[in-house]
Amino acid sequence: MQNHDVEALIQRMVDGLRQRIDAGELRDPLMVGIHTGGVWVAERLHAALDLSEPLGKLNIAFYRDDFTHIGLHPQVSPSNLPFDVEGRDVILVDDVLQTGRTIRAAMNELFDFGRPAHVVLAVLCDRPGRELPIQADVIGERITLEAHEQIVLHGPEPLRITIEQKASEE
Amino acid sequence: MAVVFVRPKIPKLAPDPWAIQFDGEGRLKHLLTIEGLGPDWITRILDTAESFLSVTGREVKKVPLLRGRTVVNLFFESSTRTRTTFELAAKRLSADVLNLNISTSAATKGESLLDTLRNIEAMQADMFVVRHAASGAAHFIARHVAPHVSVLNAGDGRHAHPTQALLDVFTIRKMKGDFTPLRVAIVGDILHSRVARSQIHALNTLNTGEVRVIAPRTLLPAQVEKLGVRVFHDMREGLRDVDVIIMLRLQRERMEGALLPSEDEFFCLYGLTPEKLAWAKPDAIVMHPGPANRGVEIDSEVADGPQSVILQQVSNGIAVRMAVMSLCMGGREE
Repeated sequence: MQNHDVEALIQRMVDGLRQRIDAGELRDPLMVGIHTGGVWVAERLHAALDLSEPLGKLNIAFYRDDFTHIGLHPQVSPSNLPFDVEGRDVILVDDVLQTGRTIRAAMNELFDFGRPAHVVLAVLCDRPGRELPIQADVIGERITLEAHEQIVLHGPEPLRITIEQKASEE
Repeated sequence: MAVVFVRPKIPKLAPDPWAIQFDGEGRLKHLLTIEGLGPDWITRILDTAESFLSVTGREVKKVPLLRGRTVVNLFFESSTRTRTTFELAAKRLSADVLNLNISTSAATKGESLLDTLRNIEAMQADMFVVRHAASGAAHFIARHVAPHVSVLNAGDGRHAHPTQALLDVFTIRKMKGDFTPLRVAIVGDILHSRVARSQIHALNTLNTGEVRVIAPRTLLPAQVEKLGVRVFHDMREGLRDVDVIIMLRLQRERMEGALLPSEDEFFCLYGLTPEKLAWAKPDAIVMHPGPANRGVEIDSEVADGPQSVILQQVSNGIAVRMAVMSLCMGGREE
């Protein structure tokens, strides 16, 4: 099994984002992490990029498309965007991108707060298996796994990635 | 000859009457009463409500959780606050809402209820929010609805009003935190109050230090102490060292016979005035499920005063009802 050095992946994301900021593609961007792993990653990126506005957090539990199948997740910590997203550039951050459904839900929720000018997606790990036309703009690492395996991010301190066997399918 | 005694068959105890609130997999399906929920479910509802509270502060005060679902407010008894907050809760969850106010005629209760039910079921409703003057009405409906329909009790007779009790404990938790050190006094017309019954169950389930009821003997149900409350008939004694005061509405429409000499005398003895409020702890909060009869059970100066959280209760009610609706309707399709 590979040894995933999370700090190196974060650094790669910081570099990728800084490049876009320096190139003027992202102007004074806001950063929004998706609960829970995405928030941990975003906290690192936010500190490293020294962004002016505080970090926003999204909890997409109320926007999931599997609500009718699995119901509401217990312990929903609320979304908190301590800024106005209207007309702003936004960096959306998550830990793992696979099907794209989480990002779909996150964008729907983001737009209920206002209309951002530009949204980019930064993820720590990108694995194949997309079910929606969504791609990341900044990626820490691309990982290919067996169908029964999953990437689990442990945190918030220190951040650590493990590859685990999926619990039995629902 | 031996005499053979046949031991009479002891009828089996009825299965847990509250079990109907859960589906086969232990998920909440109906909310009919606080009993049977236990501290875990109550806490889960309150935690979920907490996160819905934040939705209200957004530009779009709506989440798409119940999009495409139909909620029917089935009110056989008039109500403004409860119906509108249920309606707003459903709308903030993106459900479609139908309000039916059906005036009840006592003679046709059972049959007309089922008939009404079948008709509305035919409209593909997913949830009934029921208020009825007869105790047990919501339970009765829950037993007879189609399997995919959830039933929420929005008040049945003198029996229960669980969402009101949940929004009350939610408000107390927000203001005071932990329940174990708290003294809570419920004051006034306990006899006719479904709110009081549900509040007492909720407060005791959450291990509240002490739950008191303060009322004249004529407005207390028989053996009320069996619900787990301390009984007081005197405000000065009952309010001493209390952290939370819940005033109840004097339910004049349910009074049969002379339970009270007069409203003026009731106000004199039990109406919450600034003077009586001073007997409680200085940081005590004052609650009222509404609608308040000013000058009967509560003085305007107290209702509008700094210790009153009556309007917070109303806003919290929307979040709590959103939580209950989404917990009851989620996760049912395979």
